[in-house]
Amino acid sequence: MLRDIGASSIDDLFAIIPEEYRVKGDLAIPRQMGESEIVDHFKAAAAKNANGYASFLGAGVYRHYRPVIIDTIVQRGEFLTSYTPYQAEITQGTLQAIFEFQTMICELTGMDIANASMYDGSTAAPEAVMMAMRVTGRDGVVVARTVHPEYREVMHTYAQHREVSSGVAAVEVGYGPDGSPHAGRVDLAALEAAVTDETACVLVQSPNFFGVIEDVAAIAEIAHKKGALLVVAVAEAVSLGIVRPPVEADVVIMEAQSFGVAPSFGGPFCGVIAAKEKYVRQMPGRLVGQTTDKQGRRGFVLTLSTREQHIRREKATSNICTNQALVALMATVFMTVYGKEGIKELALHNLAKADYAAKTLGAHGTLLFGRSPRFNEFVLQTEEAPEWMNARLLEQKIIGGVALKRWYPELGNATLWCATELTTREQIDAAAGWWRRLRRLLWCGRKEISPQRTRRAQRTLEWAQEDRKME
Amino acid sequence: MTAETEKFVGTTRKVTAHLTQNEGLSFEKSAPGKKAYRLAELDVPAVDAASLLGDLAREDTGTLPELSEIEIIRHFTRLSTWNYAIDLGMYPLGSCTMKYNPRVNEFVSRLEGIAEAHPYQPEELSQGSLGILRLLQKCLLEITGMEAITLQPAAGAHGEFTGILLARAYHQAKGNPRKDVIIPDSAHGTNPATAAICGYEVINFKSNARGGIDVEALAAAVNEETAALMLTNPSTIGVFENEIHKIADILHAKGALLYMDGANMNALCGKTRPGDFGVDVMHLNLHKTFSTPHGGGGPGSGPVACKKILEPFLPVPVVEEGKDGMLHLNYDRPQTVGRVRAFYGNFGMFVRALAYILANGPDGLRQTTEDAVLNANYIRKKLEDLYELPYTTPSMHEVVFSDRRQLRNGVRTGDIAKRLIDYGFHPYTVSFPLIVPGALMIEPTESESREELDLFVDAMRQIAREVEENPEVVLEAPHSTRVSRLDETTAARKPVLRWRSRQ
Ligand SMILES: Cc1ncc(COP(=O)(O)O)c(C=O)c1O
Repeated sequence: MLRDIGASSIDDLFAIIPEEYRVKGDLAIPRQMGESEIVDHFKAAAAKNANGYASFLGAGVYRHYRPVIIDTIVQRGEFLTSYTPYQAEITQGTLQAIFEFQTMICELTGMDIANASMYDGSTAAPEAVMMAMRVTGRDGVVVARTVHPEYREVMHTYAQHREVSSGVAAVEVGYGPDGSPHAGRVDLAALEAAVTDETACVLVQSPNFFGVIEDVAAIAEIAHKKGALLVVAVAEAVSLGIVRPPVEADVVIMEAQSFGVAPSFGGPFCGVIAAKEKYVRQMPGRLVGQTTDKQGRRGFVLTLSTREQHIRREKATSNICTNQALVALMATVFMTVYGKEGIKELALHNLAKADYAAKTLGAHGTLLFGRSPRFNEFVLQTEEAPEWMNARLLEQKIIGGVALKRWYPELGNATLWCATELTTREQIDAAAGWWRRLRRLLWCGRKEISPQRTRRAQRTLEWAQEDRKME
Repeated sequence: MTAETEKFVGTTRKVTAHLTQNEGLSFEKSAPGKKAYRLAELDVPAVDAASLLGDLAREDTGTLPELSEIEIIRHFTRLSTWNYAIDLGMYPLGSCTMKYNPRVNEFVSRLEGIAEAHPYQPEELSQGSLGILRLLQKCLLEITGMEAITLQPAAGAHGEFTGILLARAYHQAKGNPRKDVIIPDSAHGTNPATAAICGYEVINFKSNARGGIDVEALAAAVNEETAALMLTNPSTIGVFENEIHKIADILHAKGALLYMDGANMNALCGKTRPGDFGVDVMHLNLHKTFSTPHGGGGPGSGPVACKKILEPFLPVPVVEEGKDGMLHLNYDRPQTVGRVRAFYGNFGMFVRALAYILANGPDGLRQTTEDAVLNANYIRKKLEDLYELPYTTPSMHEVVFSDRRQLRNGVRTGDIAKRLIDYGFHPYTVSFPLIVPGALMIEPTESESREELDLFVDAMRQIAREVEENPEVVLEAPHSTRVSRLDETTAARKPVLRWRSRQ
């Protein structure tokens, strides 16, 4: 081939790179491995992660059963190794699947239109906010503190350098304390006070980060009264099977990981933006539309691309190009497998498991925001530090709830627990049993746990474990 | 009636034609009561949604389809047959690096301990995942010659956003975020779109006669308000900026930064390192250079590597090795630009990219680059007599022709692309970069054998002849696909973006 080209050596082809910048020897990376060595390498890594634990983690990433055919389908090379469907005649498979995805997302969220996917739920948040700014010509944002803390962080990252008339890029609104009418939900009075004529949108999440379902209708009224848009985030997509969709919203952003996508240490997931029809020209990302070919046959194409960066460049609605298409396909297959009835039944199982878990675990601690409606997550308050409790539970191969104080210092020792259809009664009972035992051991004085007392408790615990073995 | 005389004569066709070529939408095939799922038996007391949720309970889940499992498998399998894919043949989309996606990568990313890892599980139970992050970071730093890195961005454009935010934070820390980002007219659309989102004014910079940066013009354009130059190297016409060090010097003299769009790293891995030739910050596309599958448009992954001066601003968290030898996530970084994505990025893509790097090693990566460049130059040589080469500068991993000669017969790059489909190839990239009117941007990658390249060359040569002798056949192409050219105008004018039931 070199001869065909008229080059004497491969180095001729790199002659344009100045000599001093050429890599002389080998890069210092691991040597070439055989396939079996690669598999061994990753098996060893996998073994260093949690294996065989009962997990009560949720908080934006959910463990749901993933029907086997999802993987069968996405492993087809025709889907896996295809590019963005710019050449519609030979990518009708991807295009039609995305069209089905867009339709099902609309059906579930109660919106008119949905795009072909965003990177994830967290990045969909600032994209929706920027969309609202373009629609309203305003630049203020009001965000509920019950929105996933990492979604809010991402939103602040996008907003921090924007020049905002009020000087504050985003105002955060708190939630009602335990026992109040809006316990664990957006504080409506505070919201009303925060929304002004400068507000482009109000961003809330439902079910929110505490698992509590927000009063979307009431929030919408407050936002709309001031001419602001309402953006509702859905981080747990399965909730849409049983929770009334946020139809009062103008824009819905969603994380579709729950629809058949592995937790995979946080990604790849599947963000979505859905909206009312009138906002279609301000939508970010790709859209698939139906059309016909020259013979009048139905076909699908990427459309309305004058919104996008490859046409509009610096005036585009977003800089997004590559999205999460294959993951959207996984979600499409998931929604097709469960279908109209299955998604409801699945959501109902989640509701039942979480209700049982909340009651069972809540019997040995305080269930925060207990009277507010919730889906598959709940908050437990304890007098003991969650680090200590969780460390002891780990010894029993149980991963307890996420400690909330990192994001909500006012909640002290509270932890966020999740139960899905995959959580078994046995796991819940075991966790509750240990939880009770641990708390009993620590309850000697109901005061701050001193290091001495902790050590003593630990010793007692060890005895208790011995007891259990004897039983 | 006698059996002998009235023999049944079969037909090779079914009574009704089979639907494979006419697969409807899943909704159209739906029938009430069909199921493809069965949940595990509920082992806790059943609940009543209405009593738990009150008026927040949902009654109707809309028109999701109801199908059986085999119908679903057939539905998607049939749809899949309408796609072209790398697994079917050469996919020479310029700038997209459509290389083979090794299946061992898919296998290891699905290992239980890896796929099931929850991002909030305790650090001591995430050492395997953190180790993967850490090793991939080390490898990418070595490959790029940079000093610090984040894997958080989800794709190339998201990496650009992160990189420009780092530049902004750097300037801000010096008291002035500056106003402008200079972007050559050959750049990908995501570059200007990114600069705008980061609050910068885009200064469009004209490429010179070689398709590169005119160093003198650049020196005149850069000033104290220039935050950065966003440069794709090799450029989108596949040419290495050989005066890159001068470009870097000009920027640095005014305190500006050199951002490199690393979409074309497949031309550089193991041969030269951006960190060595003056780049301050860059992104990589793991879904291009490092073989993670494009999946019909994503997911991708767009790590951002930078020099020490930008390290304090990296998104949180960063992976660090503790004194105890354990890996930790550090969130305590006062100068960070913040998070650009929840959790730690498209982790599943890190696994695949690392598997690719391990499969190659230093010699393999170098060989890959050499083969990619060799293949592009081979195509260039074999086609340059028939297709106009607007820039004769040496090509790296891709070659850009223009349709100027074919235009004389009324045939444009888009038509040639469609005709290529009839020959069994995916088209090259059409009409990009914008500095080449009627561009044909061809990137074969290292994955293609000489036999496949020859077939492609034959097809391109045959099409050139058709353009001369029978342009209609090209203008009407493709002829072999399930649908012919689609009406994009109506699609945009009267958008139908979802299916609706007829009632
Ligand atoms: C040169 C160049 N820059 C940037 C991008 C954007 O990358 P991504 O699609 O991963 O966002 C692309 C990809 O199409 C590209 O080719």
